[in-house]
Amino acid sequence: MMKNIGIIIELDNKRIKETNFAMITMARAKNIQLFAFVMDAYAASVKDDLESFGISNIVEIGLAPDQQNNPVIRAKAMINAIKEFNISMVFGLSSAMGKDLLPRIAAQINAPLVMDCFYVDLERKLVKTSQYSGKTIATIQLTGPIIVVGIRPNAIEPIKAQAFAQVLKFDSSNLAAKDFRVIKSGGIDKATNINLSEADVIIAGGRGMKNSENFTLLSHCAEKLNAAVGASRVAVDSGWVPYSMQVGQTGEKVSPKVYIACGISGSIQHFAGMKTSGMVIAINTDENAAILSNCDYYAVADALEIIPKLTKILENG
Amino acid sequence: MQIYICVKHVPDSAVHITILSKNRIDENISFLLNPYDEHAVTEAVKIKNNNPGSEIIAVCLGKNDAEKTIRSAMAMGADRGILIACDENHDSIITALALKVAIEQDGNPELIFTGKESIDAEGMQTMFRIGALFDFPVATNVVKLDIDADKAIVDCELSGGITDTYEMSLPCILGAGRGLNTPRYPTFPDVVKSKKKPIQKIAFTDLNIKDSASKMSIVEFVPLKQNREPKEIKGDANLVAKEIVRILKQEAKVI
Repeated sequence: MMKNIGIIIELDNKRIKETNFAMITMARAKNIQLFAFVMDAYAASVKDDLESFGISNIVEIGLAPDQQNNPVIRAKAMINAIKEFNISMVFGLSSAMGKDLLPRIAAQINAPLVMDCFYVDLERKLVKTSQYSGKTIATIQLTGPIIVVGIRPNAIEPIKAQAFAQVLKFDSSNLAAKDFRVIKSGGIDKATNINLSEADVIIAGGRGMKNSENFTLLSHCAEKLNAAVGASRVAVDSGWVPYSMQVGQTGEKVSPKVYIACGISGSIQHFAGMKTSGMVIAINTDENAAILSNCDYYAVADALEIIPKLTKILENG
Repeated sequence: MQIYICVKHVPDSAVHITILSKNRIDENISFLLNPYDEHAVTEAVKIKNNNPGSEIIAVCLGKNDAEKTIRSAMAMGADRGILIACDENHDSIITALALKVAIEQDGNPELIFTGKESIDAEGMQTMFRIGALFDFPVATNVVKLDIDADKAIVDCELSGGITDTYEMSLPCILGAGRGLNTPRYPTFPDVVKSKKKPIQKIAFTDLNIKDSASKMSIVEFVPLKQNREPKEIKGDANLVAKEIVRILKQEAKVI
């Protein structure tokens, strides 16, 4: 039987975030119709991109302008669309937005949900995710008429597959949220900083960065690499950088393609946040630092010396 | 004001996890109060100080041993505890149902806190499920909270330090984030006092929670193997930097 999968597309400055394409790739299979739900742009502006990854239906969800940033309204609009288009599986990114939107949807329709999945068996409704601070991989069976999965950014390589899509409009401008009002919106689609949970490359600093000023060395290098800057708990607790930059057990869990650890010793709690990274490169002056025995490449060196040189080489192409 | 905090008894992040059978881990390890829940308790104490006469109740669904986690919450300032004792682990759909019924039987919640996630299952959803069951508004990853008469004004962190500000009517559900406050760790007298505070024990089976048609069940755990074989990059700072660029280009293919 034909199954309909609904994919919640995330945009950044009106453009489709790259991380969506891997998610679409994971949802593609025989006997499956893909519906891309677009809330923050006109469907026409993203049609080509979505078609090139195999989307055959684009649903443009029209929200009232003053309601666009309200997470309760967004969830309601998605739930109505899920019902309208007979969606049996909902895919969304396990991103900052997804961590709010997906549980809101799942809770309202009492659907099972697993966040941060890096594998989905569409036929058997099995997913894989990490649990216990990244120490185990759990295979979880989802049961229910509609299931919701949050996809880990960078989990797989996106693969193109040309399709031709029809655009469907779905008016949701009449929704209201009682008890919940947005006073200020930081902007779900206006983030200018590359955010940690979705970055391809992360360059992170720890105790070895010594102070707040030295973190600018990392941000200069990050600019050249199109990377996000992260930090260990020590750097955050020392007040060098805000806690929002923290990678680890009680910080952001990240899975970039490359994680460059500068002056980070590599505690169990730090690994809990970055062990699912593709490649780990560690720079540390202490040859006994734990991270040097659990990485792909390491240099026993001072990151404060290496990083500016790295930036320079990248600048000169 | 009655403030409920849903707390979870979770394995210490530093312990080794041993898989006993397909979907069971060895639970004979050190467990503690979920770190995000500490922020919830700390915030509740702050609200209680501003609203004299308030009461803080820590509620936990867990095995008998979870009493320890309720005691930790009480040492940090919760006035009493409710343990919904069960013999097996439950998914967040059943957990939310049990917490809702227990809270409803106990009193009239104005605020219900959870941590923004638990560090074991990392499900990130129980607060929304409790909210849906009560039909109360929900916000998660709350990093700032002001209570203004019958409203809660909250800052929620999205990512990269960007926050949204929401206004919710009370009662509401709040998922505490790390930026909310600095937890106040208990002193020895706090711990002694917490031992005298009451914990009501309810059997999960007495709550008559019906099995849900929607569920999440663990099929299998496997240890995450890290097969990294560290290779050293040698040479002076220039050579190291050059080699890193080569690796990023040719091997990782990110530039």
